[in-house]
Amino acid sequence: MASNQEQAAMAYWKENVRLLITLLIIWFAVSFGLGIILAPLLNNIMIAGYPLGFWFAQQGAIYTFIVLIFVYVFKMNALDRKYDVYEK
Amino acid sequence: MDLSLTTYLIVGATFVLYIGIAIWAKAGSTGEFYVAGKGVHPIANGMATAADWMSAASFISMAGLIAFLGYDASVYLMGWTGGYVLLALLLAPYLRKFGKFTVPEFIGDRFYSKTARVIAVIALIVASITYVIGQMKGIGVAFSRFLETSYELGLFIGMAIVFFYAVIGGMKGITYTQIAQYCVMIFAYTIPAIFISLAITGNPLPQLGLGGTVGDGQYLLNTLDNILVDLGFSQYTVMKGTTLNMFFLTMSLMIGTAGLPHVIVRFFTVPRVRDARLSAGWTLIFIAILYTTAPAVGAMSFFNLINTVQPGEIGAEEGNLAYENVPGWFSRWEETGLLTWEDKNDDGRIQYYNSDNPAFESTAESYGWNGNELTVDRDIMVMANPEIAQLPNWVIALTVAGGLAAALSTAAGLLMAISSSISHDLIKGVINPQIGEKSELLAARIAMGMAVLVAGYLGLNPPGFAAQVVALAFGLAASSLFPVLMLGIFNRRMNSAGAIAGMLSGLGFTLVYVFIFKGWFFIPGTNLLPDNPQNWLFGIGPQAIGAIGAVINVIVATLVSRATAPPPKDIQELVESIRVPRAA
Repeated sequence: MASNQEQAAMAYWKENVRLLITLLIIWFAVSFGLGIILAPLLNNIMIAGYPLGFWFAQQGAIYTFIVLIFVYVFKMNALDRKYDVYEK
Repeated sequence: MDLSLTTYLIVGATFVLYIGIAIWAKAGSTGEFYVAGKGVHPIANGMATAADWMSAASFISMAGLIAFLGYDASVYLMGWTGGYVLLALLLAPYLRKFGKFTVPEFIGDRFYSKTARVIAVIALIVASITYVIGQMKGIGVAFSRFLETSYELGLFIGMAIVFFYAVIGGMKGITYTQIAQYCVMIFAYTIPAIFISLAITGNPLPQLGLGGTVGDGQYLLNTLDNILVDLGFSQYTVMKGTTLNMFFLTMSLMIGTAGLPHVIVRFFTVPRVRDARLSAGWTLIFIAILYTTAPAVGAMSFFNLINTVQPGEIGAEEGNLAYENVPGWFSRWEETGLLTWEDKNDDGRIQYYNSDNPAFESTAESYGWNGNELTVDRDIMVMANPEIAQLPNWVIALTVAGGLAAALSTAAGLLMAISSSISHDLIKGVINPQIGEKSELLAARIAMGMAVLVAGYLGLNPPGFAAQVVALAFGLAASSLFPVLMLGIFNRRMNSAGAIAGMLSGLGFTLVYVFIFKGWFFIPGTNLLPDNPQNWLFGIGPQAIGAIGAVINVIVATLVSRATAPPPKDIQELVESIRVPRAA
């Protein structure tokens, strides 16, 4: 019984960490990748009056951060329910 | 109505509101005093955290910083928002599950070590005190500039307000005043921004207006790029620094943001673990409303400023504005000394250009220009906005109230972190663990009162190094607190020896690197190397070194913990328990 619980806790943690890694890769790619490293290249593309690299650095990255946190909230709530650790 | 009377009325009304909230939200227990009884709604906490986080600098100075730095200011925009992703994913829910009162308390319990707790308290106090000096100065400056009091009197009034609601209400009082302060602040910031965006680009949403077109059908950003080049500056939208320094500066600000105790502790005030996650999302939405508006305010007011002084063709004599024709706001800001004009070529006209650019010198000479004549303080970009957009006096007054709200809310949050680390971590945790609930609450109130007095004293006598140390606060939080908090949650094997060695090495490395360029303990003239990019290690500046300090912290902590005994079983169980919101 105890070992079942331990296994469930481990599986929950594993899924949690996998989600974190996925979201943090996007976090890194958008801000450091598109907003800084690739910005000079992306600035050759104009979208809606913005050079694209500049847009990512001063607008797009911030919007992405918000979306990432809310995706995390929804996915974690689902995970909590799946493993029966959701708070009432 | 007269502007100064309107300003007095509006600022006075907001202060009455804050005091009213304080009386209503009196704290009756240590739980209410430290963490608002853990009963704050996630959206309410999001607003309070946003106000806690956005300081006088965010409100007053950031748009101006963006205006003069252009693309390079993106480090602040991304750095001070991206940290919330780290906070939401890596710290907030787990620390909320831990469920106690302070950040050093978690470090002390998790690493079963009073030494670790005391080191965390020291890092917290150094980071928070340096930060609070800036807020106190902001309050004094706002009063003296807009309410025509002396700097000292303004500071005393600000101290009295914070003293009142922080000592009576603790975290509970601070939380509800911060919510009110957020509303004042965001209203004051966005209204003028909408009008200036409408005036310049015809689009009411500043976030879209920044990509909009100006009078002649050209894109605003393209036009700005072109004018700046014609005046000898670099383009607005391109990188002026190095990619590597921008990378590390952004990373340091992100990690530092996630590691600042006065922000982390706000997530201790929500009822449940999932509320902590959700609350981080709301916090970022509330911050983003200001942070995505600021780039538009910066670019548009800068564009407006240049257009005002350079209405015609660059190089033609009548292309520059004659001084006798300056608009009203120009004269008003000249009186404050934040805008100055010196007629270097005696033509009675204003020339604004980059006279530090050797390649532009001959061009300027051919125009008959004899040096840049206009100096502009970056704070004007936000504060002069309502006047430039020709908005009524009450909007100008509201902007002053907004700046004060930003400074007061951040000051209160920092003072809360400082005082609870003294009464809860040092007095209750180390000096006198037997202290009862009532005595601890009294100690917390006294510590808060003392913290306000110390902050006020430092605001009156700001140490010369204050400005430089603010940047250091992020380096400290990034290199000491964030890594051990994260390791404490994600590395079950991490033990007290590892955490202590990690914190000391991360902190030590960061401090030494900063001191090498800024002088030992910031004493002028004791720096080993001049502070310029040629001397920086791989071109990474002292402000950007916190991220490297964090990496060193993690490496040292991991190596030391592997070489020493694993943590006791009950600590490993503690780690297991904070990883799940509720036992299955």
